[in-house]
Amino acid sequence: MNYVLIIGAKSDIAKAIARKYTKNGYDLFLAARQSSELETFANDLNIRTGRSVQCIELDILSYTLHKEFYNSLEEKPIGVIVVTGYLGNQKTAQSDFDEVKKIVDTNFTGIISLLNIIADDFEKRKSGFIVGISSVAGDRGRKSNYIYGSAKAAFSTYLSGLRNRLYDSNVQVLTVKPGYVKTRMTKGMDLPEILTAQPEEVAEDIYRAQQKENSVIYTKRIWKLIMLIINMIPEWKFKRSNI
Amino acid sequence: MSFLGWGNYPKIAGRVFNFNKVSTLSCIINKYDELIAYGNGRSYGDSALSKNIINTKPHSFFLNFDEVNGLLHIQAGVLLSEILDVFVPRGWFLKITPGTKLITVGGAVASDVHGKNHHIEGCFSESIEMFNLMLPDGKIVKCSKHENVELFMATCGGMGLTGVILDVQISLKKIKSQYINQTTIKTKNLQETFEAFEKYKNTTYSVAWIDCFAKGKNLGRCLLMVGDFSNDGKLDYQTKNKYKVLFNPPSFFLNKLSVKILNWLYYGRVRKTISKQRVDIDTFFYPLDAIDNWNKVYGKKGFIQYQFILPKEVSFKGLGNVLKEISSSGKGSFLAVLKLYGKDNNNYLSFPMEGYSLALDFKIEKGLFELLDKLDGIILKYGGRIYLAKDARVKKEVFEQGYPRIGKFRALRKKYKMSEKFNSLQSRRIEI
Repeated sequence: MNYVLIIGAKSDIAKAIARKYTKNGYDLFLAARQSSELETFANDLNIRTGRSVQCIELDILSYTLHKEFYNSLEEKPIGVIVVTGYLGNQKTAQSDFDEVKKIVDTNFTGIISLLNIIADDFEKRKSGFIVGISSVAGDRGRKSNYIYGSAKAAFSTYLSGLRNRLYDSNVQVLTVKPGYVKTRMTKGMDLPEILTAQPEEVAEDIYRAQQKENSVIYTKRIWKLIMLIINMIPEWKFKRSNI
Repeated sequence: MSFLGWGNYPKIAGRVFNFNKVSTLSCIINKYDELIAYGNGRSYGDSALSKNIINTKPHSFFLNFDEVNGLLHIQAGVLLSEILDVFVPRGWFLKITPGTKLITVGGAVASDVHGKNHHIEGCFSESIEMFNLMLPDGKIVKCSKHENVELFMATCGGMGLTGVILDVQISLKKIKSQYINQTTIKTKNLQETFEAFEKYKNTTYSVAWIDCFAKGKNLGRCLLMVGDFSNDGKLDYQTKNKYKVLFNPPSFFLNKLSVKILNWLYYGRVRKTISKQRVDIDTFFYPLDAIDNWNKVYGKKGFIQYQFILPKEVSFKGLGNVLKEISSSGKGSFLAVLKLYGKDNNNYLSFPMEGYSLALDFKIEKGLFELLDKLDGIILKYGGRIYLAKDARVKKEVFEQGYPRIGKFRALRKKYKMSEKFNSLQSRRIEI
């Protein structure tokens, strides 16, 4: 069987990815906190596609349990997709360090703790793929979300290094940088429609890029251009802006 | 937000509540009134329109499938098309399907829909093993032909006015192919049309397209299409790419002349009196689904789909009168669908009865409502009725005379306090 492990499987993007992968013949491990809430969803996928879908308990912040979690998988996955993310509240984080820790640990530290273990295994097996959902917010720090953004920047850098390390071991690492996505995380935000992707679109892009063994993708694709322009703005100008 | 039925008439400004979880639904029902469930928006008129709309589409998990008996348990927001995508390749098909697969299962129950096989296999409710219904007080009751029978009979065809259907268990039927062996019979007049229906009444699926512009000796000429599943074992079902109507064509696009020409071309394209074809599921059952938003061709003002049924013994006479009235009004319809129905069921508001039904599309324009009122008169005279799932304008008196079990329905609504919670523009208009 071909199991793909999805970390942070409760999010709307993760669910869209799960649908896409089962539809294309993959079995799934869905890992999340209170994973029992995913049973109905997993059962739905199983009836629709006939694939095996298992829900497994995982707290990305319980670092000490990560090894045990990975060892407990009855079959080692051929790939892992990390969707875990926490937007947090920038204003709160500026004065409340607990919020900072939660943002950084969820978007970076916790994921690294787990991915280190998985990367070692893939490296040994000389096969596998690792997909990390980072964010365009990590491409340049802005006042509206730079704590979330810096955690994502760190994650992007980690993935870039990992890709470099695992290249010789035939392990593919894909960095995904979504712009706006219409999900529960962005509910209530006033997002410009033309720049906002549906979770299904993101899943589609990820699947295609993973199959083609790409390294970095933006989704929607227009974000590549947008971020290129934003990154070209000189700092003296950027610091005065309200982007 | 503004909401429309499939006929783009009427329009209502409403608030929408997404039905994700059963717990949130009971809070919504507790807090608001004038609620009505809204699925995929394919009811033509105003039966799913209200101030407060419950969007049932997010509630769309497959819950269970019993491979041995073909029993499928799904949440109410699942589309029939999703069921086909999953189960046709495995050799299963819906026992009953209407002429579009783009409706939710909940909607199929609420309209007690029927298809080309009504004369043999009945309404959608025939395929229902059971469903769970949330009542106005938030209580969930299981309804079937054996349990809470009253609620079952009121909810099947009850236009969402008895509560919110949560999940449904239906039985599927085995098929050996995704192809249908179709026979097309070309008739010259209404007499021949009726004879053809009688002749093929043992064929599982049948439907006729009528040229409603034909006059005099040609009145009632049609193309009757009958068929059943092939046995060739080919189950490679895949939904085809869809066409799109990209804009609302100006309202003069469909006028008397252009529709007349379309009818003439459609009828004339079949040369032989009897011809045979092999067609796939989508072509046979869902021809209009191939065009994503075909409802737009009637222009911005929208259209009315007028569907009525007449008891069998008076169908010939009644239909003749209706067709004469339409053809002399000059307001022809391109989509005129005639079908023979089997026995009625016991549900309070199900549309079918043994007889013939005709469905017609009319662009909304001056004089249309007067014409339809006139047609209502003919239909009442012959003891017929109007289909609520398509209706946007029928008068209370006309509706009441057509549905003799309305008293039972109203009494049940009152007893469970449904009339205080669940209402649509339609239920307000015809006071049910």
